[in-house]
Amino acid sequence: MSTNQAMVEKYRNNFLKEVEANVEEGEWVKMCMQCGVCSGSCPLGKFWDHPPQEIFMMIRAGKRDEVLTSSSMWMCTSCYNCIVRCPRELPITHIMHGLAHYAKRLGLVPQNQPTAKFAQLFWDNLMKKGRVNELKLGMALYFMNGFGEGVKVAMKNQKLGMNMMKTGRMNPMEILGGHAVKDLGGFHKVMKKAQELEDARIAKHGA
Amino acid sequence: MAKRQYSFYPGCSSQKGASSSNYLISVQTMCEELDIQLNEIPDWNCCSASIGYAGGGELPRLTLSARNIALSEQHNPGQDIVATCAACWLSTREAQERLHEDQSLLAEANSALAEAGLKLKGDTPIKHMAEVLIEDIGYEAIGAKVKKPLEGIKIAGYVGCQTNRPFGISGESFENPKYLDKLVETLGGDSIPGYEKKVQCCGGALAFSEPEKSQEMVKGIIEAAYDHGADMIVTPCPVCQMNVEVYQDQINATYGTKFKMPVVYYSTLMAVAYGRSAKDAALNAQIIPAKQLEALAAK
Repeated sequence: MSTNQAMVEKYRNNFLKEVEANVEEGEWVKMCMQCGVCSGSCPLGKFWDHPPQEIFMMIRAGKRDEVLTSSSMWMCTSCYNCIVRCPRELPITHIMHGLAHYAKRLGLVPQNQPTAKFAQLFWDNLMKKGRVNELKLGMALYFMNGFGEGVKVAMKNQKLGMNMMKTGRMNPMEILGGHAVKDLGGFHKVMKKAQELEDARIAKHGA
Repeated sequence: MAKRQYSFYPGCSSQKGASSSNYLISVQTMCEELDIQLNEIPDWNCCSASIGYAGGGELPRLTLSARNIALSEQHNPGQDIVATCAACWLSTREAQERLHEDQSLLAEANSALAEAGLKLKGDTPIKHMAEVLIEDIGYEAIGAKVKKPLEGIKIAGYVGCQTNRPFGISGESFENPKYLDKLVETLGGDSIPGYEKKVQCCGGALAFSEPEKSQEMVKGIIEAAYDHGADMIVTPCPVCQMNVEVYQDQINATYGTKFKMPVVYYSTLMAVAYGRSAKDAALNAQIIPAKQLEALAAK
């Protein structure tokens, strides 16, 4: 049974409980009073299939699939407008990140969702050396939808890349290794342990 | 002025050959002039910014920042942590607060850190450089160092998101922060207090994954600056700087605009106003040259 199916079984008909137990800051969802200030404050609001206010109501209404397979949460730019304006002080930005992460963990993210892909590339990139390698991240971004598409994107951004290089803000030598933390062994041990503890915490709530 | 010391978290984008390496150069110049000593946190790591959430769960993400704070406590004890990058500041401070509120998370973060012999106390204040300038140094002391006032240069103060929300600068509002305008005036330039896009989002990391959506917002940010007769835009955030400066060619191609608006850091302005060279202000790293600042630096 997949993790997704296990969660469906466990929380049958109570998606709100599932969110409260499994989504970062999910315990706040029930506090939403549906005023809509978050939706009206979002800079990319017009691109959300379901703006935050709607997502909160859908969670309470048990619309599990519609919420978790939505591209909505992935439209969050982390501008924190909704957080500072919410009259009930819900940590909306964090809830959206939490929902996005949960959807990813369950394998429910829509295919080719660009921000989901980029965000994962970013994480994988920083976990390698402890610091972001901008050049490799940029290359991975260009080619994240395959080689043919990548060449097109790279061509479109060629001038931009040249500008960055000319002004010393991009270093082609980064491809050979680049910046890294010195105690890389220690860094990896710390992060491995953190992941184990995270997994144990998840298992407690899981099926 | 007594020398002030801070534990410094420069962040990935400020490293040599990275996208905001110019920010670091001008900050170092500014700090020399203000007698601020920045002690880099040894062996710091990435904070995972605000886009780390897909790959990183709660504890792994918080642990990244916990490691930096623990290193700071160990090597730079008693010093406030200062970050120049908005995302670095936000992630670090958020992690500190989250771990402070949730003792079980803190215990778990500490058992992860113990793998490398580190321990987090978590009582270090975490500041953005803008806070250091405004709250610790103050406008008067900042103004006292000006040798070349930015006379006749009209500058739109673009605060952006993460230097402003959710924490912000003490005494400033989320909707209409005025500290960049006051800073511009302090340096002898002309501010635009009514710049309506001062807290508009540029798209942040979505500039990479959703370029059309982001560039539509950036277009508005630049257009409003032109409408107010701005000569340049100033910002405290490396993501804002990059997103608003480097895509102007692409925006021009999409929308038929003719944008050529320089976008600089507050530290760029300060380095020039303090009489330092174009090199010390990192003006050579502008993709869209800030010609008035170049001329002033050459005087």
